[in-house]
Amino acid sequence: MFEQNGSVRIGVYICQCGTNIAATVDCRAVAEAAAEFPAVVVSRDYKYMCSDPGQSLIQQDIKEHQLNRVVVASCSPHLHEETFRKAVAVAGLNSFYMQMVNIREHVSWVHANRKAATLKSIDLVRAAVRRVARHRPLERGRVNIHPDVLIVGGGIAGIHAALTLANAGKKVYLVEREATIGGHMAKFDKTFPTLDCAACILTPKMTAVKNHPNITLWTYSDVSRVDGYVGNYKVQVTRRPRYIDEDLCVGCMECIEACVFKQPKFSDEFNLGLGKRKPIYIPFPQAVPPVAVIDPEQCIQFKSGKCKKTCVEACGDRKAINFGQQEETREIEVGTIIMSTGFKTFDPQRIPYYGYGHYPNVYTALEVERLVNASGPTGGEVICRDGRKPKTVGIVHCVGSRDERTNRWCSRVCCMYSLKLAHLVKEHTGAEIFNFYIDIRTPGKGFEEFFQKLLNEGVHFIRGRVAEVTDWALDPSEENKLVIRVEDTLSAFVRRIPVDMVVLSTALEPQEDAQDVRRLFNIGCSTEGFFMERHPKLAPVSTFTDGIFLAGCCQGPRDIPDTVAQAGAAAAEALALIDAGHVEIEPNTAFVNEDECCGCRTCIPMCPYSAITVNEIRRIAMVNPVLCKGCGTCVAACPSGAMQQNLFEDEEIFEEINGVLSYA
Amino acid sequence: MPESTFEPKIVAFFCNWCTYLAADSAGISRFKYAPNIRVIRVMCSGRIDPQFILDAFAKGADGVLIGGCHPNDCHYQEGNYKCLRRFNLLKRVVRQMGIEDQRLRLEWISAAEADRLRVVVNDMVEKVRALGPLNWSVAPEPLAPVHAAGELRVLQEVSR
Amino acid sequence: MARDYLYFPGCSLKATGVAYEESMQELFRILEMPLRELEDWNCCGATSYMAIDEESAFQLSARNLSLARQNGNSDLMAPCAACYLVLRKTQDYVKKYPRVHRHVAASLESAGLPMMDGVKVRHPLEVLYNDVGLEKLESKVVRRWRGGPVACYYGCQAVRPFTEVDRAHNPIRMDEIMKAVGVPTVDYSLKTKCCGGALTGTIHDVGVRLNYLLLKEAARKGANAIVTLCPLCQFNLDAYQVEIQKESGESFDTPILYFTQVLGWAFGADPRKLGFKRGIAGRKLLKQWFAEHAEVEQYV
Repeated sequence: MFEQNGSVRIGVYICQCGTNIAATVDCRAVAEAAAEFPAVVVSRDYKYMCSDPGQSLIQQDIKEHQLNRVVVASCSPHLHEETFRKAVAVAGLNSFYMQMVNIREHVSWVHANRKAATLKSIDLVRAAVRRVARHRPLERGRVNIHPDVLIVGGGIAGIHAALTLANAGKKVYLVEREATIGGHMAKFDKTFPTLDCAACILTPKMTAVKNHPNITLWTYSDVSRVDGYVGNYKVQVTRRPRYIDEDLCVGCMECIEACVFKQPKFSDEFNLGLGKRKPIYIPFPQAVPPVAVIDPEQCIQFKSGKCKKTCVEACGDRKAINFGQQEETREIEVGTIIMSTGFKTFDPQRIPYYGYGHYPNVYTALEVERLVNASGPTGGEVICRDGRKPKTVGIVHCVGSRDERTNRWCSRVCCMYSLKLAHLVKEHTGAEIFNFYIDIRTPGKGFEEFFQKLLNEGVHFIRGRVAEVTDWALDPSEENKLVIRVEDTLSAFVRRIPVDMVVLSTALEPQEDAQDVRRLFNIGCSTEGFFMERHPKLAPVSTFTDGIFLAGCCQGPRDIPDTVAQAGAAAAEALALIDAGHVEIEPNTAFVNEDECCGCRTCIPMCPYSAITVNEIRRIAMVNPVLCKGCGTCVAACPSGAMQQNLFEDEEIFEEINGVLSYA
Repeated sequence: MPESTFEPKIVAFFCNWCTYLAADSAGISRFKYAPNIRVIRVMCSGRIDPQFILDAFAKGADGVLIGGCHPNDCHYQEGNYKCLRRFNLLKRVVRQMGIEDQRLRLEWISAAEADRLRVVVNDMVEKVRALGPLNWSVAPEPLAPVHAAGELRVLQEVSR
Repeated sequence: MARDYLYFPGCSLKATGVAYEESMQELFRILEMPLRELEDWNCCGATSYMAIDEESAFQLSARNLSLARQNGNSDLMAPCAACYLVLRKTQDYVKKYPRVHRHVAASLESAGLPMMDGVKVRHPLEVLYNDVGLEKLESKVVRRWRGGPVACYYGCQAVRPFTEVDRAHNPIRMDEIMKAVGVPTVDYSLKTKCCGGALTGTIHDVGVRLNYLLLKEAARKGANAIVTLCPLCQFNLDAYQVEIQKESGESFDTPILYFTQVLGWAFGADPRKLGFKRGIAGRKLLKQWFAEHAEVEQYV
């Protein structure tokens, strides 16, 4: 391999990464070994290659030693490939004349034996040196960014991101699966630690979404298909029929009043089954859009076709009710997508010894949010399922969190919402409250102060994971009570606390369909099932798929302020792309060596993106570089070797194979 | 080479989006595993040309490990299926060359499965270590009749 | 139902738990599911063995499994919860731990016995639930239960890891079976709590106290009898009632029955073959319930 104006001249740079690499790899030895490799002109090790002086070192060498190839052995290319590509470009080299070697994540951090780690590093550097000699100068393609944004999920994260973008003048599609936006936050009574009413701060934002000229709100809708790539996503949204014409309904609720069911009869999803609703309903008074929904599973008209249709009568001239409404699909084009699909609460029936579903007075925390809420099913009165007003209440922390048998993670918000509920229930009922905790975790502004306030209010705290909730009564004081059995780990004995009501502080889990959604959008999930961010620290709202960003609990449990902050960050990331107007894409697309292609069409069915066509006149395959995503599957299939992939040409990979295996 | 000092060299082809990230994540988690693998990054397991594997064996690899995304999870929709198809075919070819099954392995390891990566690498290194070096200069050992009676027959018939 | 089951009695069913064996034999005869006793069986290896010398316990257990294997690979039914658990635990350990596998294999080989693969260890409760089914059980009922509500008590061993009798927390299959044959059950919160096990013999106070708690809670919930599936549970709950009465000053005379006795009764078995007479506590109550039978004196 020769440059037009002379031979290949390679500079090799071994990063010590402080002691991250140097502790396990003898960086000097690697550099010395590399110096012997063919075409290597300079070989150095340095403390931090990614630092400014580190980069300047490369740039200087390029000029001084007329380097035309650079190998940097440091961390994962997923972290710093861009950094070093830019660094060599500054010195006038084509960015793709740089090859990275991962000797941190793949060597120093995973091996303990210094000798073996060093030998491995040398092998990897040899491979890179041999490979980079084959590199060709490449130019990045540019794609324009469609200025519209899709936001999936209309909880507080989606709402905040939508308003931020819309206020910046961008057109936003907000797609929500439920009949109303608002998400979990709409169900909360108060928010910690300030105790401001959740509805009072949320509903104005919900209304703003509805009234914003830049926001198209589609509720009762699902994203059913996603095609395309950064800047140019084509998305199909399925709008389920709600049997009410959204444009005609004014939300007067007269139809609900008039329904042939005189009394609400069906379990009310918004109140988690604690209240009842009719087959035609609005989830809650401040729902957005304020449009009724009909449940066809329950509505008599749908079941028998023989209803008096008093709802239609009540609607009168507005004619908003449409029993014939069909599912619709809409196709939209957007440049960026924000995922704000939220979480689901842990199902405590998975821990049978806590008695949820067995003893009626065992509640989840979210249910209690509805019970203490003035617009909830009991009008804000805390009355148990058996009609009792509780005099003693036990709040069990970490239900489904920090537990090998269920979920290992801390759900982050449970301590604080448990404290909040303790305060609210005490305020509503004057009951004696016991909190059963493993650790109280209150990192946040005003959180620890709130905990101190609760201590002063006389709420009890017992440290220990609850063993069971039982109706087993040992003496008369326990008759007709639920007994919480727990090892009090501060006083080291097993206690039995009889209570009237048990509140389970359930964990936050990934949505049931997180895996399906992840596949739909081609993003990743971490081990526990939340969507995976591009980097836990430096790219917390980006995903591995360009142009798709994360906001809120779909990425991991977090509270409202963090969610809003993250939604703002996701909106800013989208804005940055939109305002740049275009993005440069990796040039690692496939291309055809026309002299060698015989037009056999083996490659055609390999491509999932239909990027390859055959020129019938010349009988050769042609790759559309805009459609090609650079997987290289067609390259591996090509029988004549005519199909190649930029940056992953056969020759380059063969050099790597030979490089890691040869001992020279 | 006495068996006790034999350190197998294993060439690994990892896809950029799942297994390579799992290896990164293993690093971030500081999981320790055997230093015998040399990872070559490809964008997708579908890029892996069977020739790469044969070349690796020819040039002295004692084993080849392929890591891709789980079925249904391919970043490029179906590259991993294409990889599987080629792998199954290649496996038969390689067996006929006298290369033991344990030396060529395909594993689906997602970005979230750093620990599994550690387990797979260690397991493979141990198995290949037990087999000893892949030595082309001596004739391949006779195929075990249980595994490869069919292949053996084909080989004999062809040579006749 | 022509299927036959190998049957591993273990020591309890030949001694303190004879009533369990008798009633079970009779029950399965009525259900036309003949039981074949495993020939030349030995100690299952449970309790003390397992605690003192795990290796020997596994070998004892494995011999029984191997004999069953020689008998044609059929299901091996172990009614005693301790036998059931240790047999299954042995299978599990042999499968999971190469060291245990080696020892067991060597020991069996030295006795000229085959390895024990493929034997399925079953418990009669789970056999009735899965192989017979609630519907069939319900259809077999010929006698009406007059004993009022009972507490179904599963004990600990039948619901531990390695077992398949029922789920580990709040098991319900015995309750379902009882209800199917017309015997009402109470929501007994202590259904898997400790019966004291061997503690009644070793740390007597603690063992007896545990039984007291079980009896008291069953009575509080309105149960007239406790139904068990384990001979040790049955023995502990039954034998110490007089002592508990003396200690606590509360009166207990609760019949402690095997589920096989209750089912046998419901299916019209000859009451003399159900072993009611072998119980200690609650005989008076049983006589009342079964009073319409002229010959009740003969079997209670």
